[in-house]
Amino acid sequence: MVPLPQLLPFAELEVGKQFYWHLGNFHLHGQVFLSSWVVIGALLTLVVVGTRTMEREPRGVQNLLEFLWDYLRDLAREQIGEKAYRDWLPFIGTLFLFIFVCNWGGALIPWKLIEIPNGELGAPTADINTTVAMALLVSLSYFYAGLSRKGLRYFEYYVEPTPIMLPFKIIEDFTKPLSLSFRLFGNILADELVVGVLAFLVPVLVPLPAMFLGLFTSAIQALIFATLAANYIGEAVHEEHH
Amino acid sequence: MSSWLLLAAAGAASSAPEGGLFDLDATLPLMAVQVVLLTFILNALFFRPVGRVVEDREGYIATSRADAKQKLAQVQRLEADLAEQLKGARQQAQQLILEAEQEVDKLYREALALAQSEANASREQARREIEKERDQALAALGAESDRLGALIVNRLLPAK
Repeated sequence: MVPLPQLLPFAELEVGKQFYWHLGNFHLHGQVFLSSWVVIGALLTLVVVGTRTMEREPRGVQNLLEFLWDYLRDLAREQIGEKAYRDWLPFIGTLFLFIFVCNWGGALIPWKLIEIPNGELGAPTADINTTVAMALLVSLSYFYAGLSRKGLRYFEYYVEPTPIMLPFKIIEDFTKPLSLSFRLFGNILADELVVGVLAFLVPVLVPLPAMFLGLFTSAIQALIFATLAANYIGEAVHEEHH
Repeated sequence: MSSWLLLAAAGAASSAPEGGLFDLDATLPLMAVQVVLLTFILNALFFRPVGRVVEDREGYIATSRADAKQKLAQVQRLEADLAEQLKGARQQAQQLILEAEQEVDKLYREALALAQSEANASREQARREIEKERDQALAALGAESDRLGALIVNRLLPAK
């Protein structure tokens, strides 16, 4: 390791270092939970403030919340379909909001100012555990959605339109969560790394475009994750018209 | 230590929890539980109330719209009705005016004819009276002239 001068302590970068909490025999990534609680707290504050006084003529934060709700409803309805989207709107919406606020929180909140013993605070979505957890939830959801709506006929989906598709569809069940989790994880981590490296090399102005690009990517990643999750659920509940 | 871009050391074994980029542990299920909890909380605090308000409003707008449409149709119907009535009334008025004009004309003609005949009659009467008086006067004059003539004759031809 080349000893780098500690000129700018805030531009330091730590990858793969975890702030471990111990819970019995289990290890937890404390920094992920800390930042996710901040994110969840921010989300809940926004929601509670916005829904405290709901009126027919929306005012203030209610406008924002209704805009979000409308946006998420359109997303869910488009992907899942008119019949089933109501059941899944909260899940899809929560995924979108959580990922979006995580990503933007990771980019916008000055986490570096908060010292923790090991590792560093950042976007919870830059940790593989978070993204895999959400991707597995998506997998469970679409299985549940398909099975609860169609019963065992759900497995007809694996042999449609021809039984030749069977192995591919089975492989898809594994690639879906894999691609979901790694796409999000990779994008957010890469964004943080790029910004970190640029800030380390040239701390003035140069990282700004990368930061803006990062914000853009973050929003897009949240949208992609939510859209794909909705799409998988929609695929599972889709009724084949013979 | 400032270990910088320690990607290579991601899987390196050091202490009990060795860390690294792909360090899957109990964070995963707990995070999943957290996300599920968040889903339920957001459903109760956000999706349900906001959805209710938005759908209430959509319903309200739809019913007011239908109501307004109905009222508009009613107004249009009433308007057409009134226009029809107005047209009828106009025609009636026109008819009345025409009739009145004709009646006035008739009355005028009648009165004119009456006045003319009266005038004719009185003129005729006057003419007749004048004629009668003239006849009387002529007769009186004739009698006078006869008397005068007899007188002259009597004077010029004295008793023989």
